Amino acid sequence: MTHRRPDLPSGKSSWASKVLALLAKDVRTEFRTRYALSAVFLFAFTTLTAVSFSLGAGGLAAHYISVLFWVILLFSALSGLAQSFIKEAETKTATTLQLAAGDDIIFFGKWGFNLLLLVGLEIFLVPLFLVLLNVEVCRWWLFVAAVLLGSIGLVSSTTLIASVIAVAGVRGALFSVLSLPVLLPLLVPLVQVTENCFRPEVATSGIGELQFLAAYAGISLTGGWLLFPLVWRE
Amino acid sequence: MWWKYLTGLLLAAVIVAIFVLPPPQTQIGGVSRIFFFHVPAALIGFIAFVLSAIYGAVYLKGRDLSTDRKAVAAAEIGLMFTIIATISGAIFARITWGMYWNWDPRQTSILAVLLIYGAYFALRQAVPSHATRARLSAVYLLLAGILAPLLFFVLPRLYPSLHPNDSLVSGGGEFAMTLPVGLTFGASVLSFLLLYFWLHQLAVRAGRIKEKLEM
Repeated sequence: MTHRRPDLPSGKSSWASKVLALLAKDVRTEFRTRYALSAVFLFAFTTLTAVSFSLGAGGLAAHYISVLFWVILLFSALSGLAQSFIKEAETKTATTLQLAAGDDIIFFGKWGFNLLLLVGLEIFLVPLFLVLLNVEVCRWWLFVAAVLLGSIGLVSSTTLIASVIAVAGVRGALFSVLSLPVLLPLLVPLVQVTENCFRPEVATSGIGELQFLAAYAGISLTGGWLLFPLVWRE
Repeated sequence: MWWKYLTGLLLAAVIVAIFVLPPPQTQIGGVSRIFFFHVPAALIGFIAFVLSAIYGAVYLKGRDLSTDRKAVAAAEIGLMFTIIATISGAIFARITWGMYWNWDPRQTSILAVLLIYGAYFALRQAVPSHATRARLSAVYLLLAGILAPLLFFVLPRLYPSLHPNDSLVSGGGEFAMTLPVGLTFGASVLSFLLLYFWLHQLAVRAGRIKEKLEM
């Protein structure tokens, strides 16, 4: 009797189904250990609580709220996004993965998992943040679009850097050291557009920022996809 | 060999010319002369960044470790010139805008370049194997390199910048690109470029000797 393993699709299956299979495998292994999940969510929650408690309720200018939002989101995301390839090195499954799937599939599978993790974090963090810091979003569509485009850019750059870190075999602060300079051009418009979302009196369409964020997301995703095989294969 | 003597003579001449040839700017006076150091230094910092990324791409294609040595040398000198540009720019900003640092888009982008160089060297120090170190740092510099146009060309247009692009040299006729100004500026850029190539040669040689000693 042959037993078909659901997480290893046969050679005939399409590209997208292979990516999804890798994504599903990552979600399953993540729920076994919950290492990245607990790190990211607890980091975000603890930081948010500390910030909110120290500030008291309300009265903070929109600019500072926007800065705090991105500082909390960025650093909690970085604490989890670093794991994606280190995990494979730790469990000594990197070679198996190299044999089982092509470079494109691995990159987009990991990318998808990281995006899922980040969007999950945002769904958890945004309502809590708005409630605890007592702010209201006046341009919801702009806020959602900016956060989503920003997340795609953030995840695209950091997925490649996470693979660099894993191949280099270094842990700790180097992931943040490598990520922040590359993410700096992303953060400047993100903080600005988020601030405008908290201020109804400012007249702005936010289109310029959205275009910039889309350009960053497109360039970093293409760059990550093209450069990844050079990191991943000797 | 001869061009190294030329570099020395030209640099000496440029330093004298900067203080003698162009007339002081009418509004800020002699301080405007910092322009002749600041702009070429920023230019070399940028060129070295691009060259280092190109050397990195060539390394990834051919896997020749001598190309990696050239990439590091370019990055080392690029870092030095970027620091010079940042400091001279901050001094100029203090005099014209009233403060050393105010997060003008131009200052943000040059700081990002400094951070990228810093991250590049931090990554190199963390990886013991020479081939892996060369490969990973080349990839990192290429990632930073393809995102850099957003930083240099798009961000300053998204947010208004106080940085004088051509207002200083042509705006209002106070500091117009007249023949003495143009000549001094051109000679300054040329001498900085020659200095870059000289330093690059020396850094590559020093890198080769260091590797031999470590072996």
